[in-house]
Amino acid sequence: METEVMNNGLEVVYKKPSTLTDTPFHYCPGCGHSVVHRVLMEVVEEMGIQENTIGVAPVGCSVFAYHYMNIDMQEAAHGRASAVATGIKRVLPDKFVFSYQGDGDLAAIGTAETIHTVNRGENILMVFINNAIYGMTGGQMAPTTLIEQVTATSPYGRKSEAMGFPLKITELVAQLPGALYVTRQAVHTSGAVRKLKKAVQKAFEYQKVNRGTSFIEVVSNCPSGWKMTPVETISWIEENMFPLYPLGDLKVPKD
Amino acid sequence: MKKLNYKRSEARLMKGNEALAEAAIRAGMDAYFGYPITPQSEVLEYFTKEVPNRSGIVLQAESELAAINMIYGAAGAGARVMTSSSSPGISLMQEGLSYIASAQLPCLVANVVRGGPGLGTIQPSQGDYFQAVKGGGHGDYHLIVLAPASVQEMADFVFEGFRLAEKYRNPALILTDGALGQMMEKVELPEEGSLPKTIPGWATRGKTADRERNYITSLFIQPEKMEMINLNLQKKYKALQDEVDYELIRCDDAEIILAAYGLSARICQKTVEIAREKGLKVGLLRPITVYPFPKKIINELADKAEFFLTVEMNAGQMVEDVALAVNGKCPVHFYGRMGGMIPTPDEVFDKLEDIIKKSAVETQEVAHGN
Ligand SMILES: Cc1ncc(C[n+]2csc(CCOP(=O)(O)OP(=O)(O)O)c2C)c(N)n1
Repeated sequence: METEVMNNGLEVVYKKPSTLTDTPFHYCPGCGHSVVHRVLMEVVEEMGIQENTIGVAPVGCSVFAYHYMNIDMQEAAHGRASAVATGIKRVLPDKFVFSYQGDGDLAAIGTAETIHTVNRGENILMVFINNAIYGMTGGQMAPTTLIEQVTATSPYGRKSEAMGFPLKITELVAQLPGALYVTRQAVHTSGAVRKLKKAVQKAFEYQKVNRGTSFIEVVSNCPSGWKMTPVETISWIEENMFPLYPLGDLKVPKD
Repeated sequence: MKKLNYKRSEARLMKGNEALAEAAIRAGMDAYFGYPITPQSEVLEYFTKEVPNRSGIVLQAESELAAINMIYGAAGAGARVMTSSSSPGISLMQEGLSYIASAQLPCLVANVVRGGPGLGTIQPSQGDYFQAVKGGGHGDYHLIVLAPASVQEMADFVFEGFRLAEKYRNPALILTDGALGQMMEKVELPEEGSLPKTIPGWATRGKTADRERNYITSLFIQPEKMEMINLNLQKKYKALQDEVDYELIRCDDAEIILAAYGLSARICQKTVEIAREKGLKVGLLRPITVYPFPKKIINELADKAEFFLTVEMNAGQMVEDVALAVNGKCPVHFYGRMGGMIPTPDEVFDKLEDIIKKSAVETQEVAHGN
C-alpha cells in the first residue's frame, strides 16, 4: 500500500474511509453502532464495491445510517428491513445488499421476516446489532434482554415467567438450510473489531457466490440504555452478555 | 371517459384476476410479491405459472406485511412492481403503503375486495372504499385509486395504474371486488411493450462516482421539513385532479342521477334501462378514478338533477363524497347491501320509485301547508 503524507509531513496511518460521509455520528459515546458502521464501510471501500452496494437500515438508533454511509440506502419500517432488502436484491441480483437491524427490529417485531428471509436463503448480508435493549425509544426491554436485567419496561428485572427468555435468534437462524454463514462478533475491544471486520469481508465475498444468507450478530454496547459509563459496558458485556451470547462462528459454508 | 390507446392484438375469454395478472406481465412488470387470499389467489397463481417462462420476478412472501415491504425495496430500486390481496391482507399492508406514499415510490396494488369487517366473507363487497380513497394508513396521504367495472378494465387499469404511479411517484390501487375478480368476460389485452419504462434517477441501484448517494426514506424529523414534505404531497394530489376520469350514461337529459362505481355501476346500468323503459329520465355517473374523485362533474350534474341516488355494496361510503360534491344543490340518497350481498337492478329501481313516491308526498304536504 502506498503511504499518504499530510502537508505537515506526517504519514497518514488511519483515516475515515471515503465510503463514510463527513456527517458526524449522532451516536452516544461508547455506542457500538458507529464502530460497526465504520467497519462495514471500510470493507465496502477496500473491496471497491461502493457503486454496487445498497444498504437497508430500519427504525432504531441506526435509522439515520444513510446520513453516514456514503452509499445508496433505504430506510425501512420497524422490523421489515430484511423484506425490503429482499425486494432490492430480487430486482438487482448482481448488487451487494445488506440490512442493518437492532434486536427489537430483527428479533421481535421482524421475527417472521428474519426467519423467512434466511429460510429462502436470500443472497444478502444481515447485520444484527444485539445491545440487549431498545435504544432508540429510551431503553425498554428487548427480546435479547437478559434475565434480571433492569430496563424501562422491566424495572424489577426481566422475569422469565412473565416476560419470557432472552431470544437467541442467531442460534435459531443457524438451523435454517438457507443460512450460509452465521457468526457472532463484538466491538468492545480493538481485537473484537478486527475479527468483526474479517467476518464482514467474508460475508460480502459470499454474496458473489449466491449460496445463501450471511448473518452477523454483533454483541454491542449501549451505555445510555444500560445506564453505565462506556468503560463499564466493556466488563458488563464480558461478564453478562458473553455467557449467553458466546462469540464465534455458528455456521460456516462447507466447500 | 378517457380513451386508452394501447395497441391490442387479440381477444380472450378470461377471469378478471387472470386478466389483471396477464396485463401486468404485458405492462413490463419487473416483480410481484404477494400472499394467497380468496378471492384473489388466482393473481399469484397466474404469476407463479407464467412469470418463470416469461420475464420478471414472482415471490410468495411470508405475509402481506413482508410483501408490501418487498414492494417498497424493489420500487425504491427503480423496478416496476406490483402486489395484490383482498381486504384483510390489504389492511396488513397499510403501514407499508403509508411509508411508500411518504417516500414517494411508484407501485401498483390491487384490492379484490371481500365483505368485512373482520375475517368477514369471501363474497364481493365495496366495504374498503374509505380505506382506499382516504389514505388507509397513518398520516395525510392518498393513493391513486382506479375502479374497474369489467374484466376489460381489470386489464386496462393495470397499464393505467403503472403509468399514473410512475408519473406521480405515488402508489396506485386498483379497487375491485370478488365478483369482478372471479367472473369471465371477453378481454382485448394490450400488447407487450406498449408501456415505456425508464430507470428513475432517484433509485437506489448503487452510488456511482458521478452522483451523490440516493436514499429512500419517509423520516423527516424536523417538523419544518415534515411540513414541507406534506405540502408537496398535497400539491401532487391537487395536480392529480387532471387525471379525473368517469363515465356518464344517459345523463344528458337525466333528472335523476345514479352514482355508483365498479360492480355497483354495472348493476345500475341495468337499472337505468329499466327506468328509461318506464319513462323515467334516469342517468348514471360512474367514477373511474375514485381518487381523485370526480367532484366537478357531480356538482354540475346537481344543477339539473332532482336528486342523486348513490348505490354501493357497503353501508354508505362513497355517498359522503357525492354529498360533498353536490354541496346541498339537491338531495343525495343512498342504497346499499353489505357483507357480500349484491343488489339487483330491480332492487335499485324499487328504491328509486320509493324515493320518487316519498318526495311526491312531501311536495303535496308542502302544498297543503302541513
Ligand atoms: C411499528 C412501530 N412500532 C414501534 C416503533 C417504535 N420504535 C422505534 S425504534 C424501536 C426499538 C428499537 O430497538 P432496536 O431494534 O433494538 O434498535 P436500537 O435502537 O437498540 O439500535 C421501537 C419500538 C416504531 N417506530 N414502529
